[in-house]
Amino acid sequence: MERSFVAKNPSVLVFLTILSLFTLGVTVLSEGFGIGVISTSFVKTLGKTLCLCLIAVAMDLVWGFTGILSLGHFAFFGLGGYMIGMWLMYERTRLIVVESLSQADIPPTPAEVVDAIGTQIFGVVGSSEFPLIWSFSHSLTLQLILVVVVPGLLALIFGWLAFRSRVTGVYLSILTQAMTLALALYLFQNDSGLRGNNGLSGLQNLPGVTVSQDVVSLWFLWASALALGLGYMLAAWIVSGKFGSVLRGIRDNEARVRFLGYSVEAYKLAVFTLTACIAAIAGALYYPQAGIINPEEMAPIASIYLAVWVAIGGRGRLYGAVIGAAFVSLLSTWFTGGQAPDIPLGFYTIKWVDWWQVLLGVSFVLVTLFAPQGIGGLFDLYSNQRHPDRHGANLGPDEGALREKEASL
Amino acid sequence: MKSLKSTLAGSVVFAAIATAALSAEDTIKVGVLHSLSGTMAISETTLKDTMLMLIDQQNAKGGLLGKQLEAVVVDPASDWPLFAEKARELLTVHEVDVIFGNWTSVSRKSVLPVIEELNGLLFYPVQYEGEESSKNVFYTGAAPNQQAIPATDYFLEELGVEKFALLGTDYVYPRTTNNILESYLKQKGIADADIFVNYTPFGHSDWSKIVSDVVALGEDGKKVGVISTINGDANIGFYKELAAAGVSADDIPVVAFSVGEEELSGLDTANLVGHLAAWNYFQSADTDVNAEFVETWKATMGDERVTNDPMEAHFIGFNMWVNAATEAGSTEVDAVRAAMYGQEFPNLTGGTAVMLPNHHLAKPVLIGEIQEDGQFDIISETDVVPGDAWTDFLPESAVLKSDWKDLGCGMYNTETESCVQTLSNY
Amino acid sequence: MLRLFLAGLAILFACLNANAQDGGLQPILQDHQEIIVKSSRKTIKPAIDALAASGLPQAQVMLETWVAKDMWMRKSDGLFFAGKMAEGRSYELTDFDTGKVVGTFEKSDLKQLKPNSGVRAMIGTALVQFQLTDPDRKKRLAALKSIQRDPEGALLEPLRASIEDEPDVDLKAQKQRLERLLTIGYDEDVAARVAAIEEMSNDLGVDVRAALNPLVATSRKTAADLPSDVNVAIILEPGSEALSRDDAYHLLVASDLAAPHVLPDDIRLALAANIDGGRVGGVPVAQLNKTTARAQAYSTLAEAGIVPALVTEADIDMALGAHVFFETYAEPSVEVTAAAEKALKKIERKVGLNQTLDLTLDAVSLASIYFLAAIGLAITFGVMGVINMAHGEFIMMGAYTGYVVQQYVPDHTVSIIVAIPMAFAVTFAMGVAMERLVIRWLYARPLETLLATFGISIALQQLAKNIFGTQARPLTAPGWLDGAWVMNDVVSISYIRIAIFVLALIFLGMFLYIMKRTRLGLEMRAVTQNPRMAGSMGINPGRVNMLTFGLGSGIAGIAGVAIGLFAKVTSDLGNDYIVQSFMTVVVGGVGNIWGALAGAGMIGFLQKGIEWMNPSNTLAAQTYMIIFIIIFIQFRPRGIIALKGRAAGD
Repeated sequence: MERSFVAKNPSVLVFLTILSLFTLGVTVLSEGFGIGVISTSFVKTLGKTLCLCLIAVAMDLVWGFTGILSLGHFAFFGLGGYMIGMWLMYERTRLIVVESLSQADIPPTPAEVVDAIGTQIFGVVGSSEFPLIWSFSHSLTLQLILVVVVPGLLALIFGWLAFRSRVTGVYLSILTQAMTLALALYLFQNDSGLRGNNGLSGLQNLPGVTVSQDVVSLWFLWASALALGLGYMLAAWIVSGKFGSVLRGIRDNEARVRFLGYSVEAYKLAVFTLTACIAAIAGALYYPQAGIINPEEMAPIASIYLAVWVAIGGRGRLYGAVIGAAFVSLLSTWFTGGQAPDIPLGFYTIKWVDWWQVLLGVSFVLVTLFAPQGIGGLFDLYSNQRHPDRHGANLGPDEGALREKEASL
Repeated sequence: MKSLKSTLAGSVVFAAIATAALSAEDTIKVGVLHSLSGTMAISETTLKDTMLMLIDQQNAKGGLLGKQLEAVVVDPASDWPLFAEKARELLTVHEVDVIFGNWTSVSRKSVLPVIEELNGLLFYPVQYEGEESSKNVFYTGAAPNQQAIPATDYFLEELGVEKFALLGTDYVYPRTTNNILESYLKQKGIADADIFVNYTPFGHSDWSKIVSDVVALGEDGKKVGVISTINGDANIGFYKELAAAGVSADDIPVVAFSVGEEELSGLDTANLVGHLAAWNYFQSADTDVNAEFVETWKATMGDERVTNDPMEAHFIGFNMWVNAATEAGSTEVDAVRAAMYGQEFPNLTGGTAVMLPNHHLAKPVLIGEIQEDGQFDIISETDVVPGDAWTDFLPESAVLKSDWKDLGCGMYNTETESCVQTLSNY
Repeated sequence: MLRLFLAGLAILFACLNANAQDGGLQPILQDHQEIIVKSSRKTIKPAIDALAASGLPQAQVMLETWVAKDMWMRKSDGLFFAGKMAEGRSYELTDFDTGKVVGTFEKSDLKQLKPNSGVRAMIGTALVQFQLTDPDRKKRLAALKSIQRDPEGALLEPLRASIEDEPDVDLKAQKQRLERLLTIGYDEDVAARVAAIEEMSNDLGVDVRAALNPLVATSRKTAADLPSDVNVAIILEPGSEALSRDDAYHLLVASDLAAPHVLPDDIRLALAANIDGGRVGGVPVAQLNKTTARAQAYSTLAEAGIVPALVTEADIDMALGAHVFFETYAEPSVEVTAAAEKALKKIERKVGLNQTLDLTLDAVSLASIYFLAAIGLAITFGVMGVINMAHGEFIMMGAYTGYVVQQYVPDHTVSIIVAIPMAFAVTFAMGVAMERLVIRWLYARPLETLLATFGISIALQQLAKNIFGTQARPLTAPGWLDGAWVMNDVVSISYIRIAIFVLALIFLGMFLYIMKRTRLGLEMRAVTQNPRMAGSMGINPGRVNMLTFGLGSGIAGIAGVAIGLFAKVTSDLGNDYIVQSFMTVVVGGVGNIWGALAGAGMIGFLQKGIEWMNPSNTLAAQTYMIIFIIIFIQFRPRGIIALKGRAAGD
């Protein structure tokens, strides 16, 4: 008798409950709801954090479960943001342009409207022509499809090339990093048609929506929570089945899985592409809350941070990734916001604005050295989850797998 | 209630926030939104220090409207979306009355929607590409017609340059400025083939090929000049290569729009003597107010520190804001804005800066030659130039003008006589 | 009235002029006081001409003082003097005519005259006649520079006259060369010009091309018939590749020989101007949001003669058929233009070859920089397999070490000599510490090494910011590294780049020596291939790993000094090199120094090659290079030089 999905994964239920309680709580306390204990800027921060949690889940799937340390998932995240941003900018500008042109003596032709939109959007970067990649930007439906399709295709092509030639481990990490860098540099160019370094801005203002940001921020919070919930369930479902077992097998020893007759490349490619799509959806929800997307968002360092979140939260367990992303990004906000109190040492005052990065860096080192399970490892203490006793042998056959001693730390 | 709200806001997640957010009601809060970490910290930290110095000075003079000023410093960490988030935080959580901040154009574009939505007030102190006029922003730095155009005129008329190399970092300020300049030069009769444009990435260091390309431009017997919008520390490599190639300012002059005293402090300028920069302010300006300003700055920050143009912009902006608030009797944004128009304040370089209804300053433009000691020798000063939000040298924006005082519109089409938009389209 | 005024002026001028001759320079200066104070290239000419033509011996000193920005005006009476800094903020003034000190004045009573470089160049040209035969070699050189900058026909004669008596061989050669160039442009005798052109047609100098190119500059013209009195370069056929139909028609429009196209914007404005009771040309205004409706309305208006008619294809054909299009030389002499064209063609071929050479040098230089940055990584990553994300920060630390040393050792040569071992020591110690404290626990988990070292990287960057501030710090090269090695006007490379190239070679040699000839190298290779086996042979793997990592880090530190010398010293210096360095090592092939060399070479040449194809966008070059690398790795996943057999590890 097969046990039900939820019964096999009690953590999913716990997670969804916490997520809904959290969303409900924030909603009730927010300015948009009227009580206003939580400021709109903080609601936005929380909404964005949920998106970051979602991409962390994707990262965990690809790294924690399949063992591919991708340093390129923020590129997909950013691409998703660009795709939705194009529609937001186009539509918002169209409304302004139509409004302004309607005051003219002669009604505008459709071509004139498009030209005027082009001038408004690209005027600031010294052009007025619509590049080819904006062809679908007039349609929300098409752009929404592109949110998934463009990053998905990129991941598919890149993954196919990389996995086909058996690039693995550290080399793959560097290769994905190179891909991210190339994409970021490409978008940096004004000629790329996505407004270069400036990127797409003013995304928080939804076209045609007149309600205040207090309310809009809540909409996005709900959407982000929903996406995270769904993404978490999908990820949990994937890793709990046979598919998940194969993934873990690939992580622990790729060669053995291949000899068992599985098409390792196909599995890897499927996971890589799927997580790219999840990352893109997270990005499409993130950037309208952030308000601006530009190439700097996709710099290689962002993807490394992503890996760090997952590592700090605890790899190989989905809730660990969520905790890591939420914990580090919120802590980061707090420290750089100047709210953290300075510590006077008498001879020197520690200002957190100056020292936060140092603290963050040192904590990465400490976590990797002393707590490879991350924060998620703490839960094992409660759930009495014990690792199988292998009498000191490696848990997995691969050099990269945790040794038993480390795993039980 | 308000302070309770802001206190609780943070404490939901971090209890410790409460101590920091507890605010006394008897101060006027001034937000400082400059990156203290990340790539832009190199330029922006100085401006944060300038603001703290100015606020201290004002407090020593008795504050504003009988209250003390309190600086709220946040760090957007050179992360553009974070600028928007921090601006919102400043306006809603800390409830500041005015924000002084931003350096890069993209950070300004990021902040714009938030400032306009929440009706905040931002003073932006850096030279920029124009093509923007927000109701809620006062641009105390130079518009293109206050820096790029006079410098190009100087090249054309005083140096007799006939062939131009426009070198820039690949981002919006150089792109737009070069666009305006290209159009301007063509109007002045410079042929397309005589304008060489190149864009390099941020922090570019390998300049040998570009410098030799520029030298090779001289092969058709026309005098070559370089207009540089190269940003930040990429300049160091550029000037080092220029010096190594033995390019003298008399043969191929370089005028830079982003190189000030601060940037030169990272360089040995012995080989760069004679190259130019165009600004509204140089530390070497020979006036009493400037001597005092420089002295205070050095006393606060250390003897090796220099002053630069954006610092003067903050100096003027801050003092104008103080005067406008005093005049209006309140720090409420709309009242202050109304009082800002026509505000006058003495420049550090002599003369008076005037705030125009298009939120730009009217100021003279200076051109300086680099000297051996890393300072600039001011060799040319124009008459007062009123800042122009929409350039007259691009066809699309030539018909636009900005007048917030009488027309109440930042993007007014003079051809159709209608207001295109009152909120910015970022 | 006007006539009277002019007459008065003339008399006044005559008086002043007479006065000027016997009164010395000061009266001339006073005549032109206003324009001298204004000091603009556009207006200053009369003043300089008057001074140069005065024939007074002191004019040379005066002009030189002026150029040096040492001329001051006394505000009280507007007289000009040579000024010298005295005590405090006061200046000692000397009269130009008498050469006597007039006294010392406060700065506030004086105005310094600062001619801009345009004016300075004009003064320089005026000074040529004095300086060409000056006993001081420097001044003669300055005169030649002035001629070079602003060649003028009037200077040809004095230059020719001065060649004969020139004592300095080097200067004499320069003078002769300059005389040839001036002859090309300004001699009246066509034969002499042609001869000069032919003589110079082997010279690669930019100035030669600068003299020749204006001769062959053409302008595009059109007329009903080909004029006979011009030097025609080529006759163009409209619709050909050289002149498209559109361009030809635009040329006609620009020369007022044809009616301009009516643009969509013009149509809109014309329609808006002719709204008549909600209709334009019979079409309701509300329907004018379509191009066809607008065209219809416009043609109705055009038929009524209210607006100009649209230009049709037939109109264009007719206009084009009725005119000839041609390019003419500004230079009237056919012989000269023909000779110049021929000479330029010859020069261009040589220039092309030399440009390729220059590009190759640039590429080699870039490759050596990448190699230098990556060589440390080739050891830590390539040999040990440790992903050290903090490698860039070791480079940064080396550069800052150089800066700190320069603060204490002011002599630049000595400071660099001290800085190199210092940088090695600092980063070696740092590398050893990092290996002992962090990396050795993670040898079994390479991906986590990446995270831990990344943590160290951001911590180190922020620490550098906290210690040194965010401003870029100067690291100045010694004087003997200033300047460039110039082969000719096309090919040159700065000494500092040559030094980096040499440094890279030294490191390559050192690395090979250590790895192949020393015991440490042998142990390193043993430990990296099989640590357990090496351990059982009596090698202490821990110690070897520590030293290897230290060595790699130390070399990064030295690379930092070199990179700081040629670029900048900032806390995020390492970021610029880390990804490139990894790619260099991966592309080249891991575990082999020749691989790193090949990788650096490929990346350097590739980048310069793409830059050459698209000179206006350096950013694109970097993008395409990375994309190329990604694709390259698909085909050679183990890099250019892949290890084979057991050494390959797996």
